[in-house]
This record gives sequence, structure tokens and C-alpha cells, in this order.
Amino acid sequence: MRRIAVVIAAIGLAVAVYYGTRDRTAKQTRERDTRSSASQAPALTLVDLSGNKIDTSSYAGDVVLINFWAAWCTPCAEEVPQLVALQDKYRAQGFRVIGISMEDRDSALRDFYRKYRMNYPVAAGSEKIAESYGGILGLPTTFLIGRDGRIRAKYPGLADFAKLEQEIVALLRTNQ
Amino acid sequence: MKRTNDHQRTYQAWILIAAAVFVTVVAWQSPAASELPPGSAELIQPQELLKALQSSSVKPTVLYVGPRFLYAQARIRNAEFMGPASDPQSLDNLRKRVAALPRNSWIVLYCGCCPWEHCPNIRPAYKALQKMGFTGVKALYLENSFGTDWVDKGYPVEKGQ
Repeated sequence: MRRIAVVIAAIGLAVAVYYGTRDRTAKQTRERDTRSSASQAPALTLVDLSGNKIDTSSYAGDVVLINFWAAWCTPCAEEVPQLVALQDKYRAQGFRVIGISMEDRDSALRDFYRKYRMNYPVAAGSEKIAESYGGILGLPTTFLIGRDGRIRAKYPGLADFAKLEQEIVALLRTNQ
Repeated sequence: MKRTNDHQRTYQAWILIAAAVFVTVVAWQSPAASELPPGSAELIQPQELLKALQSSSVKPTVLYVGPRFLYAQARIRNAEFMGPASDPQSLDNLRKRVAALPRNSWIVLYCGCCPWEHCPNIRPAYKALQKMGFTGVKALYLENSFGTDWVDKGYPVEKGQ
């Protein structure tokens, strides 16, 4: 019986090491790539899936998260429920999420939007928009913009949501 | 003595069961990752491909099987756009493009839209060419994305539609 317990513990350890290593590698990559440049976020004028105009200049004074994503992208889909939760949690404090979808075809987009009950606007992206943000060369890619309209963080790949939320809270506390 | 042997058999059986559970859990967590795993012979590393493209000897045909937005912003020089291979129409484009090539042609497929284990395009593309009998196909291993693993390394790119 003791041997069985040892074997089960060893397997548990192996699984933990496997996923721990995988997550750490991903995190290291993110941290390496997270460029917290404080350049001014490009102003965007977009039309969301409901036909409403999104003008990012009207979000001045808010903390804005811009998420470049696609419905076919698995890690993007993993992020969406967490973005929905963050939008709910911090909306009253001036936090806004905008999704920019980089689909080749947007046929699956509306279904995805409904299925995930997305509570923030989603608009179709373009190469021009991507390039205005320095190039989007992988999905998902997330930018966090402070109340002053400056880009405070960039998360290429699946974001570390614990760290992201901390940064959102810190930015929401600033008055500027 | 018999009791010791029984214990050993039980122990071995548990190890086998535990190993099977581990493999199942890993495969279930990341089904795509079980195909074309990092380090496998079917892959080519970015620096290897760069070296091949810069050499004067025979170069591979590089086919891009990801979304257009990425190709338009930055791509490997002379890479041909096939469209995202998770889309049946793009997969058809790929099959048509290679149909007339000798089955031992050196072909490199790449995407880089998202982290390797999650890429929905590279595996269907690779499988399609395998099914057609191509023996010289390699998938470019881009662990995180084309941006991180090619562009940020300063490797040459071209852009435009």
C-alpha cells in the first residue's frame, strides 16, 4: 500500500513538474517580451459588431485594455472569459476592454461573441491597425493603456492574468 | 516468496497504470501537442532554416499556412501564402500548390500565429502533405510566435500583400 502511495505521489510530482516547467517557460517568454514602453497609444476609430462606433479618444482618462485576438485562436479563447470578468469587476472604476479581431473571415466571430457573452466591444482589425501598434506578429497580444493614454504594458501570448490584474488595479489608482 | 512476486507484479501493474494515466492526461490537456512535438525530426529550427535560405545550395520551398494579417505584416522572404490550414479551402490551396512537385521536394511549412502547442494550422498542413506522400517536409518550429521567434531575432522578413 505504501508503494502505491509512493507511485501516485511520483506521478503527481511528474505532472506538476511537467506543467510547472511549461508554464514557467511561457512566463519567462512573456516577461522577456513585455515591453512596458510608455509611448502614446495610437487613436483608433472602429466599428464594433453591433455597428456602434468606437473612438478610443473618447476613453481618455480611462484605463484601456486592447486585446488583439481571433476566434480560431485557442489561447485567445482561454483569455476571453477572464477579460469578461475583469471588465465586469472594474468597469465602474473606469476600466474598458476593446477586442480587435484579426480574422481572415469573420463568419465565426458573432457566434463566438454570443457564446462567450462578451461584455466589451469587438471590432474587426486590419494590418494597418496592427502596424499602428508596432505590429501584431502573434496572437493573442494585449496592450494596457493608462489613464494618460500611454501604453504601459504589452503582453504577447497568453497573458499572466494575476500580473495583468495587479497592473490594472495600479493604473486605476492613478489619477492621471 | 510467492507473496513477494505478487507484490512485485502489483507494483509493476500500478506503474503501468500510472504511466498510462500520465500520458492520457498530457494528451488530453494538449491534444495538438502530441503531434509534431518540440525536438522531433519533422521540425526545423529557425536558425537552421535561416542558414539554408542564406546558403547558395538548394533552398526549400517555404509555404506559409497561417492567417493573412501576419503574412502581410512580416513574412519569411519568398514564402508563399496558402491561407490558414485549419480552413479546408486553404488546405486545398496547399494541396494544389504542391501537387506537381516531386515527392522528395524539400518543403518547409510555417505559421507562427500563436504558441506552437496551440497552433491550429501547422499540423493539418503537415498531415496533408504527408498523406500526399511528401517525404521532405519540415515544419518550422516557432515556439511562441513568428514575431518572437523570427522577427525579434532580427531574421530577414518582407512585407506586403
